[in-house]
Amino acid sequence: MTVGYRSAFDIIGPAMVGPSSSHTAGANRIGQMVRQLSGATPSTVKVTFFNSFAETYIGHSTDRATIGGLLGLRTDDPRNRDALDIARRAGMKIVFETGTLDGVHPNCLRAEVRGAGDPVNAVGISIGGGRIAIIELDGYNVRLSGEYPTLVLRHIDRIGVVETIGTILARAGINVSHMEIDRKRRGGEAIAVIELDQAVTTGILDSLRQRLPLLTVKQLEAV
Amino acid sequence: MFTTMSEILELASGQNLPISEIMLQREVEETGRPREEIIARMREHLATMESAAREGLQRVDRSASGLSGGDAKRLHDYYASGRALLGPQGNLAASLALAVSETNARMGRIVATPTAGSAGILPGVLLTLRERLQLGTEELLAGAFTAAAIGLVIANSATIAGASGGCQAEVGSATAMAAGAAVELAGGGPDQVCQAVALALENVLGLVCDPVAGLVEVPCIVRNGVHAVMALTAADMALAGIQSVIPADEVIATMNVIGNAMPRQFKETALGGLAITPTAICLRDRIREQGTRQGPSDPKTGTN
Repeated sequence: MTVGYRSAFDIIGPAMVGPSSSHTAGANRIGQMVRQLSGATPSTVKVTFFNSFAETYIGHSTDRATIGGLLGLRTDDPRNRDALDIARRAGMKIVFETGTLDGVHPNCLRAEVRGAGDPVNAVGISIGGGRIAIIELDGYNVRLSGEYPTLVLRHIDRIGVVETIGTILARAGINVSHMEIDRKRRGGEAIAVIELDQAVTTGILDSLRQRLPLLTVKQLEAV
Repeated sequence: MFTTMSEILELASGQNLPISEIMLQREVEETGRPREEIIARMREHLATMESAAREGLQRVDRSASGLSGGDAKRLHDYYASGRALLGPQGNLAASLALAVSETNARMGRIVATPTAGSAGILPGVLLTLRERLQLGTEELLAGAFTAAAIGLVIANSATIAGASGGCQAEVGSATAMAAGAAVELAGGGPDQVCQAVALALENVLGLVCDPVAGLVEVPCIVRNGVHAVMALTAADMALAGIQSVIPADEVIATMNVIGNAMPRQFKETALGGLAITPTAICLRDRIREQGTRQGPSDPKTGTN
């Protein structure tokens, strides 16, 4: 899959704790995204590392960084180094597994989390230089880069949903940088992932809730 | 965003602006953020690069694995003694690059340029040129933006991930970025920047990613040191008027073709190259046995 590099800071950056931008910083950012998708620090975590991640995750501290992200630590937070201990002290149950997954980027992990927030089952890839994408979320195909404020809407597949979203955002003067929708089946549960040039207010979230057949709506920060 | 050097060259030549300025303008357009905010963010990154270099030059303790640490200071002390074969700039660039990479291996704070495994090269070159050309922070910032423009082209048209393209994608990209930035800082024009990119990258083609024990230490750290010098050499060649027969965009495309053709044992899997030499296997097993780490990091299902 193509994920374009759009900013000078995709190349010069991120500021991070070592040792690997793809295997440490990227994994941390995937963890931060999963934490936000869940809405809270999870208490039970299973992370499966695939392909290159599976071969070298201990050496690159991919495990610590992923858990650091799930704890809400940023890429340059020195506490990533102690993330496993911090998580253990907080009572987080963690299982790491390894596997192979064909047809995806070599730096790939699946995080399955449960706890105070929503359960999340997500596949993330780390494509180099700390850039990431969440490519699968609870069985949906998505693309979430973590570089923009992002709305994740769970709704019922119906004509006009996209138009209504577009209208509400346009009236608020919010520009959409990327949008994807996927559904379980026609007329069934669906997902919309919308990357925005700026964050939206709670007022806009309320209008989305009122005017759409919404199940949930979450706003994620850039990580 | 940028996908070819020729597109950048056209923009820069057309408006008679340096590549750093083209990058800044594009960043403003693309992100909608004010110019000052973008420059301030780059200034923070530059300060982090500098502190990573300073820390690495001072510390002599080893990384958690015991594989690295202390070589930056060793090289710095050696060339200060006046016995070095290469002149002071080359040795300063190499020791600063080693310093940042050693800081990275200690899980210290660095800036990925473009990746953490190749984070020593650009700071090594920029901080050396600060001494050599008596540059101020503003000029170094321009160098960082020029490097970013070059890195964007490589990232968007090829790859900067060792797992996709091998070491050429990381250390190679960083070398090309640093070489191009050096040319602009030394007063070279946009065409010479492109020449430096081509000259630098064509000397790194085919380099495999073969980290011993899967760690970003051996041979990554010394590769940063040596390639910081190579970036300066490529920059000097371009400034002297040497032209790469193969244009930069074709060299970049070639790097991608080679990366795709490279067997996966040479792409950050630690399953080939130096990583499977008898010495490397011994070190890997010793590091695993020593359990340089404890706690729930132990995998349920091993990593072999």
